[in-house]
Amino acid sequence: MKDEKTYFFDRPENVRRLLRVFYGACIVLAALDFVIHRHVYHPWENLWLFYPIYGFVGCVLLVLVAKWMRTFLMRDESYYEDLERSRTDALGDSRDA
Amino acid sequence: MPESLPPFLIFYVVALLALPARGILRAGLMLLAPVLGAWCVWQAPEGSHGVLQVLEFELTLHRVDRLATLFGYLFNLAAFIAFVYALHVRDRVEQTASILYAGSALGAVYAGDLITLFLFWEMLALTSVFLVWARRTDRAYRSGMRYLIIQILSGLLLLGGVIAHAATGNSLAFDYIGLESVASWLILLAFGIKCAFPFMHNWLTDAYPESTPTGTVFLSAFTTKVAVYALARAFPGTELLVYVGATMATFPIFFAVIENDLRRVLAYSLINQVGFMVVGIGIGTALAINGAVSHAFNDVIFKGLLFMSMGAVLYRTGKINGSELGGLYKTMPKTTVLCIVGAASISAFPLFSGFVSKSMVMSAALANDFHIVWLLLLFASAGVFHHAGIKIPYFAFFAHDSGIRTQEAPTNMLVAMSLAAALCITIGVFPDFLYRLLPYDTGYNPYDATHVLAQTQLLFFSALAFAWLNLRGMYPPELPSTNLDADWLYRRLAPSVIGLTASRVARWDTEMRASGRLVLVRAAQLVNRHHSPGGFLARTWSTGSAVFWVVAILAIYLLLFAVGDGMALR
Repeated sequence: MKDEKTYFFDRPENVRRLLRVFYGACIVLAALDFVIHRHVYHPWENLWLFYPIYGFVGCVLLVLVAKWMRTFLMRDESYYEDLERSRTDALGDSRDA
Repeated sequence: MPESLPPFLIFYVVALLALPARGILRAGLMLLAPVLGAWCVWQAPEGSHGVLQVLEFELTLHRVDRLATLFGYLFNLAAFIAFVYALHVRDRVEQTASILYAGSALGAVYAGDLITLFLFWEMLALTSVFLVWARRTDRAYRSGMRYLIIQILSGLLLLGGVIAHAATGNSLAFDYIGLESVASWLILLAFGIKCAFPFMHNWLTDAYPESTPTGTVFLSAFTTKVAVYALARAFPGTELLVYVGATMATFPIFFAVIENDLRRVLAYSLINQVGFMVVGIGIGTALAINGAVSHAFNDVIFKGLLFMSMGAVLYRTGKINGSELGGLYKTMPKTTVLCIVGAASISAFPLFSGFVSKSMVMSAALANDFHIVWLLLLFASAGVFHHAGIKIPYFAFFAHDSGIRTQEAPTNMLVAMSLAAALCITIGVFPDFLYRLLPYDTGYNPYDATHVLAQTQLLFFSALAFAWLNLRGMYPPELPSTNLDADWLYRRLAPSVIGLTASRVARWDTEMRASGRLVLVRAAQLVNRHHSPGGFLARTWSTGSAVFWVVAILAIYLLLFAVGDGMALR
């Protein structure tokens, strides 16, 4: 059952184009920081590019920490089911005995 | 007194009427309930109505004020959208449960006293569990059981708290309580369970993703928002809630990033959004409370929209794990666009609904000098965009092509999602529609250049982080897995501790019985030996020796008497 139709993101140049527009938007937004005078409530908001940097660094940290959490939190998909099964099996055994 | 009909009554009556009905009649009845309900909300005059005298208690079934009216509109709206979404469902149990569940949420909102609140609190638990069980899988059954136990526990804590509250001479009116006594702590704990406070949150991430595609939409709308409403009424300005809320807003996003089941990702992001509301309630100023309740309003709609889009995916493909999906934009383009509207709203993009409400909580946090909390919320805002705004649409509809070719969601689902999406954009563009319903008039304007720019920068650079990590191959892939959370304590630790203790006790018990039996056997042997023919006690004794023993006993008796007497004389 081969899908003969080619969809928008099947073309790598479309993906590249989208990414280029996105990068452009990021640059414009960062540049606006130097143009628009903002009224601030928190001293850190005065720092140049506070929001872009906070957003970027925050998200990278979020992903890296979450990835690290996998090393000790991740179990098999049927982790709890297996536990429950072994428990009911044990119960069945003791009843049989 | 038709002008003060409590809305829950309409839902309960409709549930009863719809039970024998079928087909279009039942669908029509179900859609009629929230329409009539909204009319009730619209024309109810402020004040207390529907006062019942039960024994010596005065129950207020219909207390109307601005806060209750806001949630009254919200729950009728949410019920209407969800009923449209579930129009294709032909499951009597699920349909009846969903009507009663929505009605119970309305009942709790209009409860004027704590006893009425408790009754609807328990009704919420009893009716909603059937939405989990409606999936009719073993997994859903077990999950529903855990859900029910925890929800009932919340009800019992509430009952205990209310009794203690009344016993210390307080009124039973459901108004400001504040954290002062043991009773108020019990009540806060009861609210906290339903509100998914940290360590009490796993019933939500456990049960919601196990429900049916339609059931989860109902579940996401009511229980936690009733809890937010209850907190806003009873504990505004309780500083503890600021920190609890900040924790709720931050920790679930880590779990959401590594979770594979996309509806479970949404469940984690639900806790994250409720966190913002709890912070607002904790701050307790007019702006903060407005922010909390308006965010609850928006969250019901955009989170409902996201759950609906994922429900449509599950309904059409039978799959919901990120590791199995991808490329669905090719065959479900309308669902894709609607999902992206929900994603933009929860991420608080300017011109979408999340922006106009979340910003109030953030501004209030800054204005009241909760600087670290503000930074945490800012981080949570970026994180929410990351996992709910990008991850959900990306892994379901784009990413690598899973090869699944399905068809667009059914019309009724598309209509429901379009309604929700239209609301998200309308409220985002014209926030005054929502602001007019809020409890306080603060004259807040979310659309100033500073704020719009800051939020847009934050979001775009969060997206940049996602793009960068993805292109570098550093983004964690979706993996079929279970991630341990606080529910490990009661699903793994407690059962094994109990199991271990039980087996220890059993072994000790066996040993005790065995040694007891040994003593009895020994005693029987002893008796047997002495009484059996030839045994010591079975011998024939001579008369002379018998007389000797009698004399000996008499002598001992006399001796004892003399000693006793002598002691008495002294």
